[in-house]
Amino acid sequence: MKLERSILSTVLGATLACSSLYALPALADKANDTLNVAFAAEPEALDTYKIAGREGLILARHIYDGLLYKDLDSGEFKPALAESWQFIDPMTIEFKLRHGVKFHNGADFSADDVVTTLNTVIKPDYGTRYQISVDWIDHVEKLDDYSVRIHMAKPFAGAVEMLADALPIYPHAYFVEKGSAGMSAMPVGTGPYRLVEQTPGVRYVLERFEQHYAGSPKGQPAIKHIVARTIPEMNTQYAELMSGKLDWIWRIPPDQAAQLERRVNVVNAPIMRISYVNFASAANNSASPISNPLVRKAIIHAVNREQIAKVFGGEASAVLNSACNPVQFGCEQDVARYEYDPEQARALLKEAGYPEGFELDMTFAAMPRPVAEVIAAELDKVGIRLKLNENQYAAAVQKWREGSVPALFSNWGSYGIGDVAFILSNFFGGGEDDQINDQEVAALLQAADTANDRELRQSNYSQALKKIADEAYWMPMYNFNINYGLSADLNFTPHPDEFARWWLASWK
Amino acid sequence: MLRFLLRRLLVALLVALAVSSISFSLAYLSGDPAIAIAGAGGSAKDAELIRELYGFDRPIVVQYADWIVQALQGNLGTSYYFSMPVSQIIAERIPVTLLLGTASFIVAMLLALPLGIIAALKPNGLLDRIALLIAVSGQAIPSFWLGLILIVVFGVWLDLVPISGADSWTGFILPVVVLSYYALPALMRLMRASMIDVLQANYIRTARSKGLGTTTIILGHALRNAVLPLVSVAAVQLGILLSGSIVIESVFALNGLGRLAWESLLRSDLAVVQGIILILSLVYVLLTTLADLINAWLDPRIREA
Repeated sequence: MKLERSILSTVLGATLACSSLYALPALADKANDTLNVAFAAEPEALDTYKIAGREGLILARHIYDGLLYKDLDSGEFKPALAESWQFIDPMTIEFKLRHGVKFHNGADFSADDVVTTLNTVIKPDYGTRYQISVDWIDHVEKLDDYSVRIHMAKPFAGAVEMLADALPIYPHAYFVEKGSAGMSAMPVGTGPYRLVEQTPGVRYVLERFEQHYAGSPKGQPAIKHIVARTIPEMNTQYAELMSGKLDWIWRIPPDQAAQLERRVNVVNAPIMRISYVNFASAANNSASPISNPLVRKAIIHAVNREQIAKVFGGEASAVLNSACNPVQFGCEQDVARYEYDPEQARALLKEAGYPEGFELDMTFAAMPRPVAEVIAAELDKVGIRLKLNENQYAAAVQKWREGSVPALFSNWGSYGIGDVAFILSNFFGGGEDDQINDQEVAALLQAADTANDRELRQSNYSQALKKIADEAYWMPMYNFNINYGLSADLNFTPHPDEFARWWLASWK
Repeated sequence: MLRFLLRRLLVALLVALAVSSISFSLAYLSGDPAIAIAGAGGSAKDAELIRELYGFDRPIVVQYADWIVQALQGNLGTSYYFSMPVSQIIAERIPVTLLLGTASFIVAMLLALPLGIIAALKPNGLLDRIALLIAVSGQAIPSFWLGLILIVVFGVWLDLVPISGADSWTGFILPVVVLSYYALPALMRLMRASMIDVLQANYIRTARSKGLGTTTIILGHALRNAVLPLVSVAAVQLGILLSGSIVIESVFALNGLGRLAWESLLRSDLAVVQGIILILSLVYVLLTTLADLINAWLDPRIREA
């Protein structure tokens, strides 16, 4: 069914591309000042703290603001709802809050909102989706109406990153009265857009909030309305985009992007997400070939990752050598490299005592099957017979954490944050996802994650990444990039964190 | 008749119970729901917290019993994904599915009956061949492909109808065409076969020899008998159409129940999956019961048996 579908999709893609010969030029909904966008996946309930998917988070960032904001173009943190901030000591941050900020329901923003929101969402029973985003906060203290202090529960180098738009502030009276479900049913924030209508998971209408505070780092949006719809089928999205009824779509597969390019504006941009093959070297007893570093090196030498990145990744993808995205802070690039060299792979296997190769299970999740099949074919050439198991992400991760999967091929997005703290500790820091259990690496990461000294952090991450590469714990694959389809009338700049900023979009 | 109905009701409840318990346990096979809910970036700690908050750490039997008790009181639970009562989500999505399903069913029946009858009048004649062609292509063409082609022609080139969405009734035109075309062949072929059978019966020969006209014979004598097997199949077809076509709903972005069930299963939103399955299994049972009743009304022999 899947193959049949992809063939038919290709035929159809060609039909759509040819239709450009006949169709009238696409007219965007510029006349109504409405930006029409589509997602393939349904957005979640619009309480940011409970959202895991990008779609819901993008909408939420238009509705809510955080204390700070990160300008990705300059890499600088900027004041948002907080006018200024400073570390009083390594465990305490003090914020001076902005005056004159209005919520969408007319309420005035003050310290009570910050204190109530953050003190609520840090409680485990609130069920904040990513505990990493809030578990570093012990409590928030109100000093006066426009100043607060965050007392940290533990040192956390990502604190400022998290405060930059990932932890939005809700209006305290409304939030206390309505709770999480009420916030989702009718979100109220201070953001550049307010939600005026929603059919959850299906359709959302946003309108520019004219009283969005002056001096906001998000600025005042140029476009008045945004209508976001869920259109699961990409081919339908293309048809809507071509006929001018959509202005913005994303995550167009590389092969289809090439065909669409003739008809609409396709923009390609790299993102934080990377793919990897993780080897569970510790969880398997020494009888498993994978626990031998020579074997792991042989595997990496055997796979033509260059070719895979080019064919499956797209133009902005490159082979990775260290276990992180090169644009992230701390992602050391001067690490051991294993070039494509099947001869070398065979020699290493022989040296390791497997001249005839061996059989290996590899589970893959959230990655296209053809890529997994290419890896299997490459390994087959050096005698390693890969047995592929495709799993749902949850099932794969569950098995991985149980230690029953020797090799896992998947991907990781680092929450869109440009700091290796958000990838390395998860896989090498000693937690449940760490099936490698290298105490030395875990200690280096632990120290780096909790330090405020950037140089110390950099040096620790560098040492950890060098060891990860020396031991070939991981086969880093390639960084992802995504294609956006835009109407000819739209100015839109993509960002590597996968958060679309429509408040910066404008008509040509 | 009352006993017949009561027995049917009991069966309906048992079917719903069996289906829901099977689906409940199957949902766990697609992976730990806590990890699925924690999402692609979720840590083991996040999953642990979710396991506690949503009660996934209890034995499956206890979770299921808990769900049944609540469901019997009319509480289908809350969707973690939408932070809304399941009943409210289903109420929001079901109109689209009902409209699409019933409209497609009516269109399919309106075409299947006359086409099947015409084809049966002269088996292997020209009209029969044309009907066969329609049936075979209806079965052979994948509905998502037909849907996309119609979108290209009528939505993009001619710009006559909306490409996707359920914002106005015009958005339903293309999906109804595709879905009814999908349902048509089975109904039409059955109508034809059944009619050919009936037309060879003795009483039809008698009617002919009495000098009755073809129209009277077909509509007055043959149809009532020929339509019997069709009623049962039609009930199942309607059930299929009402349980929502995931493919059609995806292609035309109609966001009905079928797609919701599928998506909810993928993201382990078990309360929604259970709620939809419960409702759909009840719909199925209701429809087959209805079909039995219609057959009993059409055919006195069934009533007396």
